[in-house]
Amino acid sequence: MYKVKVYITLRESVLDPQGTAVKQSLHSMTYNQVQDVRIGKYMELSIEDTTTDVDQLVKEMCERLLANTVIEDYRYDIEEVVAL
Amino acid sequence: MKFAVIVFPGSNCDVDMYHAIKDELGEEAEYVWHTADNLDQFDGILLPGGFSYGDYLRSGAIARFSTVMTEVVKAANAGKPVLGICNGFQILLEAGLLPGAMRRNRDLKFICRPVQLQVENAETAFTNSYSQGDVINIPVAHGEGNYYCDEVTLETLKANNQIVFTYKGDNPNGSLEKIAGIINQQGNVLGMMPHPERAVDSLLGSNDGLMLFQSIVKNWRESHVVNA
Amino acid sequence: MSLMLEPSPEMIKSERIFAEMGLTDEEFAMVEKILGRTPNYTETGLFSVMWSEHCSYKNSKPVLSKFPVTGKKVLQGPGEGAGIVDIGDNQAVVFKIESHNHPSAIEPYQGAATGVGGIIRDVFSMGSRPIAMLNSLRFGELDNPRTKYLFKEVVAGIAGYGNCMGIPTVGGEIQFDPSYEGNPLVNAMCVGLINHHEIQKGQARGIGNTVMYVGAKTGRDGIHGATFASEELTETSEAKRPAVQVGDPFMEKLLLEACLDLIKSDALVGIQDMGAAGLTSSSAEMASKAGSGIEMNLDLIPQRETGMTAYEMMLSESQERMLIVVKKGREQEIREIFSKYDLEAVAVGQVTKEKNLKLTHKGSIIANVPVDALAEEAPVYHKPSSEPDYFREFQAMTIPAPQISDYKTTLKDLLSQPTISSKEWVYDQYDYMVRTNTVVAPGSDAAVVRIRDTNKALAMTTDCNSRYLYLDPEMGGKIAVAEAARNIICSGAEPLAITDCLNFGSPEKPEIFWQIEKATDGMSEACRTLQTPVIGGNVSLYNETNGVAIYPTPVIGMVGLISDLAHITTQEFKQAGDLIYVIGEAKSEFGGSELQKMIDGKISGPAPVIDLAVEQKRQQHILQAIQLGLVASAHDIAEGGFAVAAAESLFGQNGLGAEIVIKGDVISALYAETQSRFILSIKPEDKEGFEALVEDASLVGTVTHDATLKMVNEAGINLIDVDVSELHAAWKGAIPCLLN
Repeated sequence: MYKVKVYITLRESVLDPQGTAVKQSLHSMTYNQVQDVRIGKYMELSIEDTTTDVDQLVKEMCERLLANTVIEDYRYDIEEVVAL
Repeated sequence: MKFAVIVFPGSNCDVDMYHAIKDELGEEAEYVWHTADNLDQFDGILLPGGFSYGDYLRSGAIARFSTVMTEVVKAANAGKPVLGICNGFQILLEAGLLPGAMRRNRDLKFICRPVQLQVENAETAFTNSYSQGDVINIPVAHGEGNYYCDEVTLETLKANNQIVFTYKGDNPNGSLEKIAGIINQQGNVLGMMPHPERAVDSLLGSNDGLMLFQSIVKNWRESHVVNA
Repeated sequence: MSLMLEPSPEMIKSERIFAEMGLTDEEFAMVEKILGRTPNYTETGLFSVMWSEHCSYKNSKPVLSKFPVTGKKVLQGPGEGAGIVDIGDNQAVVFKIESHNHPSAIEPYQGAATGVGGIIRDVFSMGSRPIAMLNSLRFGELDNPRTKYLFKEVVAGIAGYGNCMGIPTVGGEIQFDPSYEGNPLVNAMCVGLINHHEIQKGQARGIGNTVMYVGAKTGRDGIHGATFASEELTETSEAKRPAVQVGDPFMEKLLLEACLDLIKSDALVGIQDMGAAGLTSSSAEMASKAGSGIEMNLDLIPQRETGMTAYEMMLSESQERMLIVVKKGREQEIREIFSKYDLEAVAVGQVTKEKNLKLTHKGSIIANVPVDALAEEAPVYHKPSSEPDYFREFQAMTIPAPQISDYKTTLKDLLSQPTISSKEWVYDQYDYMVRTNTVVAPGSDAAVVRIRDTNKALAMTTDCNSRYLYLDPEMGGKIAVAEAARNIICSGAEPLAITDCLNFGSPEKPEIFWQIEKATDGMSEACRTLQTPVIGGNVSLYNETNGVAIYPTPVIGMVGLISDLAHITTQEFKQAGDLIYVIGEAKSEFGGSELQKMIDGKISGPAPVIDLAVEQKRQQHILQAIQLGLVASAHDIAEGGFAVAAAESLFGQNGLGAEIVIKGDVISALYAETQSRFILSIKPEDKEGFEALVEDASLVGTVTHDATLKMVNEAGINLIDVDVSELHAAWKGAIPCLLN
């Protein structure tokens, strides 16, 4: 069993209005140390044991569906978990 | 001319599109459920607005994997007119039939209001009844209509005259270069955020959208007379 | 949350666990008597939700029985998912309003969204296609971050759910007042269309027929939501957050389409939404209404979480679920209808002869109680009522007209009061055009939605001026109904009926119960005079924060029929040269007015007086004049008085202005909120015909083409001379300005 954590964010070149709004809000709360906020998506996938390359599989899912690579970047962590 | 109005789970402008074609344009229309695997009998394909699959993940991201989308791609490759409005446009982008992507509106709010569009290219199969530079009243209703593409793509769009509509005056959603609608290089796939199917009856405020549908029919008739 | 920890019947009694669940000692004793034994944990839960005010109306039944509920055109009155009124041609209109105040105070986005979802299900559970949404919202003043947050999130929640459903949100009203600071009101109304033969009932008829569960799976969300809605908000309410449900409009859209396919099948016997108290209320009510019982195996209930107990399943308020009863042996047809939409329809039980709700779980009977006891036999309380001191004080006051020297500035200030100002910031976020039938969009007196393939349209509005109700609940109750009717008339429609949402404080307090009694007396009288029966609604009590009640706020949702599209009328002046008329004279009435609130910061004195006979006569005259094609524009005179109504008539952005002569006492004429008044414009050639018909009409001015509003007194002295654009900017910019 694999537990996969996928993080999707807007590409750096793409304006993130939500992030900007949150940054402004933090500033108005006097957290002026905050220089930038980028908002993204976080997903958890549970994947059963498979003979195929899990890394390859997750990458494919990200490219095809989970992220829109025109505007989004993705990264992921794969953790193998042993069922009790 | 016979149109397919594609219905995905969560589509909600399908009824408006259907009535615009049947009642106002006076052509044939049929609802086609997303599981359909053949669109051969249709002359034009319409992808209506709404919230296909709840817009979960990203607008249009899940719908593009529907069975019918394989057929939509086939129809597009065969040169049939394909029109995606609002969520339909988002699906065309996700499916790669048109370049670029949609972001959330600049002000992060859903917006519903009549806007003015400028016709930037009146020589397409979808706009030949308008004149270059015409300003038309068509409503928008969307939360993610902030069009984006990279610079290379933008240059290509401009070079090929693929930007068909832009917002006149205020930019309602923050779209790059005020882009409201684009067409593919072959000229048979148009995606636009504003809703021409909501502007076909002056009782409801505007009928400026009707000419878009009339253009499609006119173009189709001409090419079929030539082919006949 | 495991079964093991459930208290035994003895413990429930000895440790008074029933009290935490919302039952009183007397009520628990009644339950024991009905059952002839002490109820177990699940059964106690069933009674506690079914006997909550939200489900049983135990405190409000005596006052609700005063409402006129019948009429020639009423096809379905209160008691089903929504009321139904005949509109001819074998069609009918279905509508209902409902509150989601408490959930919205705790989690505004989801609270508002699920409120919208719930009322939509009520309408399509009748077999009807929802065609429009309205709402009625109340918040504190927009001067603090919490209220701004609540306001923005409630609006976003309504938009998020309604837009995704593809049902246009076409109208509503919003009031800002400190009274609602800790307890905002979120009332949502849904209007649907139906063909007569497709009307469904929530009844479990036919012994042996199959009970099926459709829609979303059941989770632990919203447990005790109905009880939660029947308690006042305190600082510990925040800790009750789990009671708030999360909505899934996509699921509801699928459920809607599937149910509208379902009603075409003759295999369907009955259908009901699982709203407040979820599975419990839908099953008990469907059985009780049909004189039958229901047996369900809870192991079969589709569950989203593991290890759910019977108690949790029966009390869950998970959204987007329906309970249906279908003819035995036809289950497969039903499954096929739902599978088109990737939804499951699961047989979970059957209709029984024995009039009990009998539940089994993991092989044993976990509850067995009479359905009538749950659905019909909740105790009814006649609460003590007493006239509050404040009322006597207000009645004894004489409110002098405020001293005003700068009429223009006062008008601009009134136009920028959030309650009066443009709500474009709000309705810009609602898809009000989808389904392409919206002829008159939000921002008018009433919204107008055409009925496709006919020459008819429906006008709809929500209204309530709670300030008048606070000062004088009976007068205010009359005014609320009359104002709704005025808005309907001004759009060219004949009022058909109302739905009401009674938002009040705690009925345990005699002064509050007095408000409820008086307000409903006033409403009932107005409904009788104006011939608009009450076809359904909802009661929301305990709207208090730390012991302080909101203003009495019985929101009226009214629908009217426009018999010819040519009758559709809007409030904006149409053409230079048209004559401007005022119907009804202003009196020095400032109690509860926007001007009083603006100057004093609070309200006092008697409410404006309404004479329902005068109201009815004027409404009839104006409607006749509209139907005869004599009226170019019509607008009722409401908050802010004549000056505000005149300014609003110029906000059509068509470059028009007006010259008006103000007669009599200037301050009253401009700003008083005297009732039963209208401002109309008429083409010059229609002057004679109009004046002959509308006897209380008084010619006051003309529409001009220079986009300024000029008002002079009878001596010709200038009172107001201002560019329309200046007024428009003040009116349009107020809410965005407060939010930034």
